[in-house]
Amino acid sequence: MKGKVIKYEQDNIDTDVILPGPYLKLHEHSELAEHAMEGMDPDFHSKVKNASIIVTGNNFGCGSSREHAPIALSASGITAVLALSFARIFYRNSVDGAYLLPIEIDEKAYARISENDELEINTDKNEIKNITKNETYSMKPFPELIGKIISAGGLFKYKP
Amino acid sequence: MNITEKILARASGESKLEPDDVRFAKIDKIMLHDVSGPGVIKTFEKLENDGVIKIDKLFDPSMIWVTEDHFVPSVDKISAENIVKLSNFTNKFGIKKHFKYGMGQYGICHSMSHEEGLVAPGELYVGGDSHTNTTGALGAFACGLGHTDIAYAILNGQLWFKVPETLYFKLNGKLPDGVMAKDFILRIIGDITTEGAAGKAMQFGGNGISDMSVESRLTLTNMTTEAGAKNGIIEPDQKVFDYISERGLTEYDAVYDDDDAQYEKTFEYEASELEPVVAKPFSPQNVSVVRETTGIEIDKSYIGSCTGAKYEDLLAVAKILKGKKVKVRTEVLPATISIYKKATENGLTQIFIDAGAVVGPPTCGACCGAQMGVLAKDEVCVSTTNRNFPGRMGHLESKAYLASPLVAAASAITGKLTDPRDV
Ligand code: SF4
Repeated sequence: MKGKVIKYEQDNIDTDVILPGPYLKLHEHSELAEHAMEGMDPDFHSKVKNASIIVTGNNFGCGSSREHAPIALSASGITAVLALSFARIFYRNSVDGAYLLPIEIDEKAYARISENDELEINTDKNEIKNITKNETYSMKPFPELIGKIISAGGLFKYKP
Repeated sequence: MNITEKILARASGESKLEPDDVRFAKIDKIMLHDVSGPGVIKTFEKLENDGVIKIDKLFDPSMIWVTEDHFVPSVDKISAENIVKLSNFTNKFGIKKHFKYGMGQYGICHSMSHEEGLVAPGELYVGGDSHTNTTGALGAFACGLGHTDIAYAILNGQLWFKVPETLYFKLNGKLPDGVMAKDFILRIIGDITTEGAAGKAMQFGGNGISDMSVESRLTLTNMTTEAGAKNGIIEPDQKVFDYISERGLTEYDAVYDDDDAQYEKTFEYEASELEPVVAKPFSPQNVSVVRETTGIEIDKSYIGSCTGAKYEDLLAVAKILKGKKVKVRTEVLPATISIYKKATENGLTQIFIDAGAVVGPPTCGACCGAQMGVLAKDEVCVSTTNRNFPGRMGHLESKAYLASPLVAAASAITGKLTDPRDV
């Protein structure tokens, strides 16, 4: 998986800013995409035309259980979020619904990756290659069951 | 094993489980509301269209219950259509326990679960809402999930869980006058931060918890979500058994800590040292003692939500508002019809109206910025709810201070953040 980076250098980006409460009544994925990141980044829609990977700090996706949040990001074209850590429901929704890859990175990768860098993610090798800077970082491997659900394409396609 | 580990072990047919073990476990109860319900319906539609599944029947319709709370009374055409979709779904699949707006008892999901005795001690309960943790105060494993997981549970009666580490919060002694459970949980979040319990269980115990009413305990477990916890839990006792049996729930198989139960870490608090606090914008962890914030003027006091509109919360508000007049717009939205009814029978509604407040129907309303009193740009609100992220209750540049019902009421009559002991 390859893509360019949108970087939010902050912790605790919550589901209320990823997809604000008044839009919870919407369920069409394309409609949710229109409101992605509306609570914090008015330029998100122009940025996501060229980029597909969000890089951010700790506790990404904290707050509510709304699956609208990973849906809005994924339907906007985001394929992976690289964060120092994730809130548990956002992480689980991303995996079980097969919307995007939630990848935990370390402080070094977080510090080195810049806005617009081009990355190549290799989940088999647990490696992230920064094509722009010609560097390689490690990612935290997925726990066994999570890895299997991701490979199957979501919880409903996974056969225990 | 501790209570969380034991409930998960029992539900997954294991004699012993440890933190980080991952198992598929049998679900006892599932909750849906007017946001997660249509979300699940959409998930089913997509999976059927993609040929992944074919749905003829659900695993067991009797384990599911549904309420309408986020967008009732309907805000617009879309939310009205969602309510219709939800009714069609429950009709089609024979889900009997659907509590509908305007048809008797209904209300905010996490208050319905205890008001109606829908979840029993020892059960594994999942809901399509992050504050499902609330119901853990009854001694259940209760946790919130997204649409896909809930859809899976509805079809298969089971889900995967990773056994969490448990943080134990021990409260010694009785809360002083003017201090509520809300002050205690805000203090904890201020201390451990909003990721302090990420993915973990938060268990509460000690004589301060035994001394607390069931409804106060529900306030504690409710906001474990704000500390990032997977679940909040309290060992059940006679108070819980009495509370649920008054609500028609008499059969259960309660679970308790073993004598050698382990916790990752124990935190100890002296009740006598706790004070009324607020969480300042824009995070539940920005906690300050109310007496150190006095002078901050407010435009509105909001008494509502699954955190702060139980009967006991309304009683606390009435104690302060009785015979007084509010200085700022004040809204009281009882969490369920049963609470509304009891408040009316006991004269509370009259006290609120005499004080100048508005009493509205049960709804999530402005708690999630949906409707019924959302905040304008620069408006400041003191609120008995649980989140104050940017834009949570309205405009991105509005501000919410999270507080106990006593603080919200005291502030309503002075027009600024006020310690209830000072009015
Ligand atoms: S009252 Fe607020 S926190 Fe509680 S379920 Fe409704 S929106 Fe969520």
